[in-house]
Amino acid sequence: MSQSSQAPHKPPFWTMTRRDAAAGYVFIAPQLVGIITFVLVPLGLVFWYSLHEWNVLASSFNFVGAANYQMLLNDPNLPAVLLASAIFSAGLVVFNMALALLLAVLLDQKLKGMVVFRTLFFSPVVVSLVAWTIVWSFLLQANGGINGLLSIIGIEGPNWLRTPTTAMISVVVVQVFKNVGLNMVLFLAALQGVPKELYEAARVDGAGRFKQFRRITLPMISPTILLTSIITIVGSLQVFAQIAVLTQGGPGMTTTVLVYYLYQQAFQFHFFGYGSTLSILLFLIVAALTFAQWQLRKRIVFYEN
Amino acid sequence: MKTRYLKTSAASLGIILGLAATGTAWAQDSVDLRMTIWSANEAHLAMFNEIADGFKQTHPNVTVSFDSIPFDSYTTTLTTQIAGGNPPDLAWILETSAADFVNSGALAPLNETFSAIEGYDLWDLSIPASELWTRDGQLYAYPFSTSPFAMFANNDLIAAAGAKTPAELIEAGEWNWDNAFATAKAVADAGEADGLVVRDFNFQTWQNLASIWRGWGADPWSADGKSCTLADQPMIDAMTAIHNAIFVDGGMPGPGETVDFFAGDAAMTITQISRASLLPKEDPFDWDLVPLPAGPAGEYYVIGQAGVGVFERSANKDVAVEFLAYMTNPENSQKLAQFFPPARESLLNAETLSTTNPLLSAEQIQTVVVDGISRGVVLPGHTNFAQIQQTIRSGLDALWVPEADVAAVLGNVCSSVSPLLAR
Repeated sequence: MSQSSQAPHKPPFWTMTRRDAAAGYVFIAPQLVGIITFVLVPLGLVFWYSLHEWNVLASSFNFVGAANYQMLLNDPNLPAVLLASAIFSAGLVVFNMALALLLAVLLDQKLKGMVVFRTLFFSPVVVSLVAWTIVWSFLLQANGGINGLLSIIGIEGPNWLRTPTTAMISVVVVQVFKNVGLNMVLFLAALQGVPKELYEAARVDGAGRFKQFRRITLPMISPTILLTSIITIVGSLQVFAQIAVLTQGGPGMTTTVLVYYLYQQAFQFHFFGYGSTLSILLFLIVAALTFAQWQLRKRIVFYEN
Repeated sequence: MKTRYLKTSAASLGIILGLAATGTAWAQDSVDLRMTIWSANEAHLAMFNEIADGFKQTHPNVTVSFDSIPFDSYTTTLTTQIAGGNPPDLAWILETSAADFVNSGALAPLNETFSAIEGYDLWDLSIPASELWTRDGQLYAYPFSTSPFAMFANNDLIAAAGAKTPAELIEAGEWNWDNAFATAKAVADAGEADGLVVRDFNFQTWQNLASIWRGWGADPWSADGKSCTLADQPMIDAMTAIHNAIFVDGGMPGPGETVDFFAGDAAMTITQISRASLLPKEDPFDWDLVPLPAGPAGEYYVIGQAGVGVFERSANKDVAVEFLAYMTNPENSQKLAQFFPPARESLLNAETLSTTNPLLSAEQIQTVVVDGISRGVVLPGHTNFAQIQQTIRSGLDALWVPEADVAAVLGNVCSSVSPLLAR
């Protein structure tokens, strides 16, 4: 800056800063175009649709103002749907994170053949979601594979997908087994980043295995815990294929989570306007949860520097 | 010589340019019609393609393709295509969503084109069969299939279990639901196969149970569609009988079990006669097709219907209506009758139908098809059917457990669906 003010002639347009900025914009341009086309524009359109009553068959599209939002507040099904979403998300996050951390700690040992186990636990992540779910739907049938195995040891298994409690548990477990490998790998990387000398120092001070885990490991990997919990919660609110394949929202409405309810309203009942209103609600919930977690990080996440 | 050559060239060029300018189809533009159907059955598709080839004889520029969409998600997929601005030109429409399609104005009117075609004979269409597809005297979809529900039986399985076959029960004048359930139980008890399957019901498509509960004179809602009758006594009795057959007798497969009659896994199945094409050709079993058993309310018939309509917004609407007229003319209706019983009165007799249905005996055609179509009640349908269907389905889930209180569950279903019916 001081250089340019000293120079008597007009400064060149392409200063270093401007050149860097232009290069930066060029680099992010493809991503930016993608986000505008596939995220921001649809988001704007969904908000626009939510102010309309859109009958696909009659091809009518009428402005109704806040009527769909009024309907949202009075929807008798909404409490059950939000409850199902909350149970699903809570169950998924707790089970997924706990299992992922447990697997990561177990697989963080220097033993022969550990790579094989790591690959094994990660492999469901790369399997097609629908194929994975369809196979599970066969296993979970009343006369399916799981009850067949249980009958060998003399247990009469429940009708997993047709009983309210087991249906929700089944959907959660199928989803956890599908994706636990991803969180596991993230945890594994974090665990391996914890400096070994911290453990040595703790041992010298007389800390046991559990105390080491609680006082050293957990704080050191807390940024990863925050990241995985955000990814998992946001992912859990978007669950659709598993519900559509396994339970279609039943029995009753016990597994009708928000996205599935949105799909029913828009694509099965043809209420596209109200469906758009529900997706605005989903957007606000995801935004609020992410914001809350981001705020929490200041209080519970430990950063070395 | 040279000038003459030039002159003729110029003249022909002039003609061509003139034709092109006025848009006259001197070499007609090619037209691709797309029709969505829910059958992926090879025999059905072969027949449709044969009809499409016939249309090409007189309309060489028109190609018709048939787009099979799975039955379970048929209407959803269709409306998504419409919402996405990519509607088909023609579509099969289920009886349950007929009211939505016909009343919305999505379909093109058909009367004018149909009645202008010589030999089409629109007035041959049975009036009761066209009722669902007509608004203000105008036909919006052609009822191409009016298919009675009937009972297919596997006599090998029934005989092996030592039970009476439906034919024997009919002969003895005892073909009623008590005995049908008893036969189902006997086969299930023998352990080789299941008893009775209501095909495509799967504890979700509850409207298919009309093929049983009509025997009790039960209906899900009043004739005007405004009030719920699911908790009335006939329905409670019918559902109790079904519940017993599933959870007490074990004669019907329970929720979440997949059982296929046509693979030889069940003694009996209730379905439409168009499913006869699924009967195994290799290693066949001794099968029979009989009318539905009598219920406490006496003999009854239930029919399912499907229509074909042309979308008002199709770019090739007029050609599509012409194709529909060709597809459903008397000659082709006779071809279709092989799988899809016609709504044309001139074809509704055992003689005509037996030439097109080599699988069925003359007696089966008379008692199941002709009587069924002339006396049958169509499956329940309603405006806004998808939401009503889903609401009842989710309420009925509480019924499909062994300890269910039938009357209480049906009462709850009625209170949740009543506001939707009254709308």
